[in-house]
Amino acid sequence: MRETIICRCSDVTLERVRELIAQGYTSMDEIKRITRLGMGPCQGKTCSQLIMREIAAATGTPVGEDNHPHTTRPPAVGVKMELIAKEALKNEN
Amino acid sequence: MRTNADIVIIGGGISGCAAAYNLAKKGMKNIVVLEKRFICGGSTGACGAGVRMQWGTEMNCRFSKYSIEFYENANEMLGYADDIEFKQSGYLLIADTDREIEQFKKNVEVQHACGIPSRMVTLDEAKAIVPHLNTSILKGAAFCEKDGFLNPFKTTDAFYRAAKRLGVEFETGVEVTGITTEGGRITGVNTTKGRINTPMVLNAAGGYSREIAEMVGIELPVYKERHQILVTEPVEPMQGPMVMSFGLNLYVQQSPHGSFIMGRGDAGEPRDGRVTSGWHFLEEMSKTIVNVLPPIAKLRIVRQWAGLYNMTPDRQPIYEKSDEVEGFFMAVGFSGHGFMFGPVTGTVMSEMILGEPPTMDAAKLSLKRFERGEMVFEPSVV
Repeated sequence: MRETIICRCSDVTLERVRELIAQGYTSMDEIKRITRLGMGPCQGKTCSQLIMREIAAATGTPVGEDNHPHTTRPPAVGVKMELIAKEALKNEN
Repeated sequence: MRTNADIVIIGGGISGCAAAYNLAKKGMKNIVVLEKRFICGGSTGACGAGVRMQWGTEMNCRFSKYSIEFYENANEMLGYADDIEFKQSGYLLIADTDREIEQFKKNVEVQHACGIPSRMVTLDEAKAIVPHLNTSILKGAAFCEKDGFLNPFKTTDAFYRAAKRLGVEFETGVEVTGITTEGGRITGVNTTKGRINTPMVLNAAGGYSREIAEMVGIELPVYKERHQILVTEPVEPMQGPMVMSFGLNLYVQQSPHGSFIMGRGDAGEPRDGRVTSGWHFLEEMSKTIVNVLPPIAKLRIVRQWAGLYNMTPDRQPIYEKSDEVEGFFMAVGFSGHGFMFGPVTGTVMSEMILGEPPTMDAAKLSLKRFERGEMVFEPSVV
């Protein structure tokens, strides 16, 4: 468990997540704020389901809005700023 | 949840947590903090996290110096086993007009009078501080090496944990539905999880301060404005200080984890409380970066998000003990710098609530200034 990485973008272990749940950080958003889990390049696409399951198992509450799941935000995949700027300028000219 | 409290603090962001901690440290008992979502779930948790002493008014210089000196020792002061990650690598304020340079010079004089180690820098010096800065579009810059940024989640967590150890009760997932008064005095707070009888309430509700004040019949001259931020993929360290410009409208920092975090202001943003993401911000931010910090434009954006600024007419906070409703206090209207002023809010509000002689002069920030027409205009806000 100490060796199990649950968020590979931010190097967060399963042990750390379980420790925080035990301390009362029982939602994805709260754990994210303390550990940076889900804040990396994959934006929780890999870890968020695993975390939600850990929370549900530890607290006995089903996976849902009460556990403040990771909010999905744009962009869907990483986009270079220069490409966005280029397109924006093209539309203006 | 307790049914009786000596004070109920509404809002679990930096202001509410700092006030709760200071009150408990001074010996107050039966403090309850109510938070609609979770600790740091509102504007504090969405903020840009910068703290600077380069302001244009004497009061803001004094306040931010107090905050920065607190943050320098916050891990020890709050007994935080983790780390609030305070990184003092400076703020480089850049200007593209002569008019702004003149303003910076005036600001630096005010800052020096407060003992703040800021200075005007030439474009060559600015380039040495931030090598990827496009100085060809600039007129000059100002720099303060003691400015910086820190982790807003962990900073709030540090106040929260310290307050909790001192006996403060935090109730999350609880929304205030009404505040009751009798003969002009606060008598209690109604919530989605029951009623708490209390003679005192502190409104620290950030974006929702207006709605809370309305519950006791006070109309605040504030509104909520959406502000957006974006973050890039992480890269090797390449930018020490925060780069900020009022005229070019941007602030950009590289976090200790390597990603760049940036934002800008836009008076056309919605004021209805939504914190959704907009496309316009992405375009404007990207165009600005191509112009000002070209190499950063090669990075990929991985996320954008938004939070609420609680805006006042002079973009300065309101620290108030209500005359109309006895027992009603307010720490609201931070206009985008509530996180930075967190330690000040804790001190000012705890002294005001306990009726102690103030150690910091915040009288100018009374709500009455708007009626009297004595507003405190700050020239340097993004």
